[in-house]
Amino acid sequence: MSEATLSLEGVSKVYNPGSAQAVQAVIDLDMQVTAGEIVALLGSSGCGKTSTLRMIAGFEEVSDGTIRLKEREIHRLSPARRNVAMAFEGYSLYPPLTVRDNIAFALKSARLSRDEIARRVAEVAHLLEIEDILGRYPSSISGGQQQRASLGRALVRDAHLHLLDEPMGQLEPQLRALLRGRIKHYIKERGMTAILVTHDQTEANALADRIAVMEGGVLQQFATPAALKDRPANLFTGTFIGEPPMNVFLAEVGAENGSLRLRLGDDAELTYAVTAFEEVVRSRLLERGRIAIGVRPHAVRLVEQGVPAHVAANQWLGDQSHIAAEFAGGLLVAVEHHRAPVRPGERIGVTFAPEDLHFFDVESGVAVSHGGRPA
Amino acid sequence: MEHTSTAERILRGIAIGAVVLFFIFPIFWILLMSFQTNETILRNPPSIAFVPTISNYVALLTGRLETAAGTLDISFMQNLKNSVILSVSSVAVALLLGVPAAYAFARHRFRGSEDIAFTLLSFRFAPPLLIVLPLALYFQDVGLADTYIGLIWVYQLICLPLILWIVRGYFEDIPADVEYAYRIAGHSWFATFRKIALPLAGPGIAAAGLLAFIFAWNNFVFALVLGSADKQPVTVGALAFVTASGIQFGQIAAAIVLSIAPTLALAIYAQRYLVEGLSLGAVKG
Repeated sequence: MSEATLSLEGVSKVYNPGSAQAVQAVIDLDMQVTAGEIVALLGSSGCGKTSTLRMIAGFEEVSDGTIRLKEREIHRLSPARRNVAMAFEGYSLYPPLTVRDNIAFALKSARLSRDEIARRVAEVAHLLEIEDILGRYPSSISGGQQQRASLGRALVRDAHLHLLDEPMGQLEPQLRALLRGRIKHYIKERGMTAILVTHDQTEANALADRIAVMEGGVLQQFATPAALKDRPANLFTGTFIGEPPMNVFLAEVGAENGSLRLRLGDDAELTYAVTAFEEVVRSRLLERGRIAIGVRPHAVRLVEQGVPAHVAANQWLGDQSHIAAEFAGGLLVAVEHHRAPVRPGERIGVTFAPEDLHFFDVESGVAVSHGGRPA
Repeated sequence: MEHTSTAERILRGIAIGAVVLFFIFPIFWILLMSFQTNETILRNPPSIAFVPTISNYVALLTGRLETAAGTLDISFMQNLKNSVILSVSSVAVALLLGVPAAYAFARHRFRGSEDIAFTLLSFRFAPPLLIVLPLALYFQDVGLADTYIGLIWVYQLICLPLILWIVRGYFEDIPADVEYAYRIAGHSWFATFRKIALPLAGPGIAAAGLLAFIFAWNNFVFALVLGSADKQPVTVGALAFVTASGIQFGQIAAAIVLSIAPTLALAIYAQRYLVEGLSLGAVKG
C-alpha cells in the first residue's frame, strides 16, 4: 500500500511546440499514486487533466519528465506495453463487435479460458446493469449504455492501472449514484489502482481517496476530499471546491487592545480576540497588512448583532436556502438549512466564527492559515 | 410509415421507368447491334426485328475480321487480356501503396504531410496528353516503353491519388480513440491498422478501388502512346474496327459488350459496398 505504483516527475506537455500555436497543457507535474488508491483528476475544461491521462496511457508523447509504473519507466513505451486499461469519454467501442465481445476483447487477447472470460464479463455486466444488451451492437444502444459498456471493457481487465476518462458523464443521476458505490466497491475489493478524470466534484468526492485539482496545466493541490475542503492550499482550490463557491473578501489587518481587526470596507469590520489565532498566524497576517479572507457559504451565520448586510436574493432549493447579500462592497452567499425568513432589500447581520476563516496571500493566492492555525 | 396513393405510385413507376430507359437503352441497343451484321445495323429506318447472328463474336474470338476489302487480323482477345492485366495490377499496386499512405496522412501530422498529399493529388490536374509525350521519350530511354510495368507505373497517376484521397477521408472518420482502445489492450499499431482501421474503412476502400478500376479500364491515351499493339487495352484496340472499307459497327458493338462485361460484373457484385462506401461515413455515431 505504501510504495508508489504510479509516479509522475516533472511531467510537461506542450502541443505544437515551437510554433505560434504552442500550448502548454501540462506544466511540471509531480504526482505519486500508491497501489490500491483511487485518484481523481479534477478541473475545468482545458486544465490539463485529460492530457495527463493520455500521457499516462501513451496516446500523447511526454514533452518533458518521467512517468513510472511499478518501478518501470513507461513514458517511452507503446500503449500496448504499459499494461494500462482505459475507459474513454467518447466510449470508443468497436462498431463491428457486440457489447459482449467488446468487453471480452482484451481478455481474449490475453488468452484467458473461455469459462473465465464468460464469468468476468457476466460479473462486470451485472455490476453495470448491462446484462440485457450484451448481444447488441454499439450502434443500436444509447449513449449511456455505450458508456457503461466502455467502462466495463476497462474494469474487466487485469492491469497495473485503470484510467477512467469522465466515466459516468452520460448516465442519469440515479444510475450514476448507484454505480458510483458499486464501482468503488469493485475497485477496492480487487485492490485495483485507478485514476479518474472528471469535472464533477460529487463524483470525485464519492469515488476518490485523493483528488488532484488542476488549473492552467498546473497541479494546484493533491489531497483527500476532506483536506481540500477544510485546508485549501490556495485561493483557486478554495473557490473551486465546494458548492456554492467560497466567499472571498479583501481585508486590512490591524491589532489593538488584545483584538484582531479585519477591515473589509468602509462599513464592515470583523473583530476577534487575538487568542483565537495562534501567534504565528497573527504575525503572518499583521506582516502582510492586506489579506484575502475566504468563508464557505455554509459557515456564514446570520445574527442580529452581526456586521450589516442587505439581502439581494433568497432562493429556497427544497432543502436549503441560498441567500445572496450585499456585503463589504461585494456579494456574500450564505446557506441556511432551514427556510430563512428574509426578503430582498432587508437588512441582516452576518458573522463568521474564527475557525471558519481561511486567509490567503493577496499576491500569490497561497493559503496563510485555516481558522486560527497556520496553513 | 408514409402512405402513398395509387396514382402517386403509378406516376413514380413511370418516372423511374423513364430514367431507367434513358440510361439502359444505349446499352440495350448496343447489345442488339452486337448480334447483327453491318447491313442490318445500317438499314433505314432502323428496326429491332432481325435475324440474330453470332458472327461478330466469332470474329472477335478467332481474331479474324471479314470485311468487304478482305480478311483482317485483329487482336481483340489480346487487348481484353491486356485490359485485365493493366487494370487489376494498377489497382492492386495503388491499394498496396495508397491505403497505408492514406492511413499515415489521416493519423499523423508530419512536416510537409499536406504538401505531399496535395502534390499526389495534383497529378490528376494535368491533362494526360501533356504528361504522356515527354514520358514517351523518357520511357524509351530507360526501356520502359511498351512494357506492362511501364504502363502500370503510369496508371498510378490515375489510381493512386484517387485511392489516397478517398481512403484518407474514411480513415479520418474513424475516431482515433477506437484505435487507441485496441492498442491499449496490448496490440501494436500495425495490428491496430490491420484489425481495426482496415475493416472499418473497408467499404470506403472497396469503393475507391472500384472507382480506380473503372478509371484505369477506361483509359485510352496512356496506352495509345506508350504501348504497342500487343500491350494495348480494349479501349485502344477498338481502333482496329475502323477499317479501310468502313466502320465495323457489329464488331464494335460485340467488343463493347465483351469489354464492359468485367466492369459491369464487378460493379454489380460490389454495388452494396459502393453505395455504402460513397454515401456513409465508416463509423456511425
